[in-house]
Amino acid sequence: MSYLPYALAIWIFVVALYGIVTSRNLVHIAVCVSVAQSATYVLLLAVGFRNRATAPIFSDIPTHSRVVDPVVQALTLTDVVVSVAVGALLLAFAVKSFERTGSLDPTMIAELHG
Amino acid sequence: MIPLQAVAIVLAAVGATAVVLSRDVVRQAILLSFYSLALTALFVVLQAPDVALSELVVGTIAYPLVLVPAIARIKSRRGRS
Amino acid sequence: MRDRPRTILFGISAVGLVLLLGWGTAGLPSFGHYAGPYGDLIAQLSKPQRHVANAVTATVFDYRGFDTLGEELIMVAAAAATAMLLRDVRESSTHGPVDAVRSEAVTMIGALAAIATFVLALQVIAHGFLTPGGGFQGGVVLSAAVALVFATMEYGAFHRVTREGIVEPLEGGGAFAFAGFGLLSLALGLAFLQNFLPHGTFGRLTSGGSLSLVNWSSGIAVAGACVVLYGEYLQEAMTARHPRRGSR
Repeated sequence: MSYLPYALAIWIFVVALYGIVTSRNLVHIAVCVSVAQSATYVLLLAVGFRNRATAPIFSDIPTHSRVVDPVVQALTLTDVVVSVAVGALLLAFAVKSFERTGSLDPTMIAELHG
Repeated sequence: MIPLQAVAIVLAAVGATAVVLSRDVVRQAILLSFYSLALTALFVVLQAPDVALSELVVGTIAYPLVLVPAIARIKSRRGRS
Repeated sequence: MRDRPRTILFGISAVGLVLLLGWGTAGLPSFGHYAGPYGDLIAQLSKPQRHVANAVTATVFDYRGFDTLGEELIMVAAAAATAMLLRDVRESSTHGPVDAVRSEAVTMIGALAAIATFVLALQVIAHGFLTPGGGFQGGVVLSAAVALVFATMEYGAFHRVTREGIVEPLEGGGAFAFAGFGLLSLALGLAFLQNFLPHGTFGRLTSGGSLSLVNWSSGIAVAGACVVLYGEYLQEAMTARHPRRGSR
């Protein structure tokens, strides 16, 4: 039970990989990449959590009180906002590929055969 | 682990599975918003208000405003060709 | 590769991946028993050293400011690449309103809501080191205020507000200002991105020193990048709907 958040991160990542591998639609692939990124956020925050601790904001609590780790939160929050720009770039690839080849199916596009 | 965290974790797992298994992209966009909300709740329960705030604004504002016009562009192209 | 063999191959490698990841995470301390010294050190030092209440914002913009500079540049690069991909040569003038909202009540409420959201965004950015918030979150809320103009008025109004000559210098200028403040620290004889202003009194908006300058520049850069992204995609959708307005 105490490893459930790590299991959640692994589950989200593997499910998103399954979505990418068996997908027939380029936009669906872009969304699944975004879901795979969210697995890393869950893992980072789960590593930094501490039982019966509170958020690391010291406006009204003394400095020596029990808080969770602020460093992993800092890493995660910039990542969340930047993933929008990266996801938009992936969608731009999908839109442009659809315009060039007329199909959103990765198996039908000759250049993507791999 | 308190029960609230277990519920949030289960909701996030269900949301991720639903997003991946939906094949229609319009439905997937709606399910992605639900998944963002479940993740925001999970981040709040994990005592991370800054991360929850950024996930909330991204899942509500930024990502749908990029995803839905892309889908609209593709659907209108496909309807015409 | 056909579907069935590909799915079977993925299934086999997924089992291996799950085993590997499970073995890796089993070596972590169990959930809730965070033991690392680095997080505790920063949590204890952010108030006495930098006079900043929000330890996460102090980490993002001061202690680990170099990582945030890298993320900022990723965002600017991705927005520039998307604009380069999606920007065809188009007519720059629109003939009449495009995709206008017909109800005047919605337009008026939208204008009020856009102003209120703008002020809320400035508040979220400014109070980033006292409460949860900061440049990144407030920047996206700022872009939402601009997007409300599109949603409740018509596309021409959005296009006028977000002309390329206004928005792209803001986006690039914000990232440039971030790096510029780091170089200013170098010019003053300190380390790159080190705090060079006095730290002020705890709990007021002037605390944190040069952290607030870096906070604001990243907020403006994030807002600019998001508005550029929305503009590209909405222009795609609008020219798809009204093909005479754009050229292919």
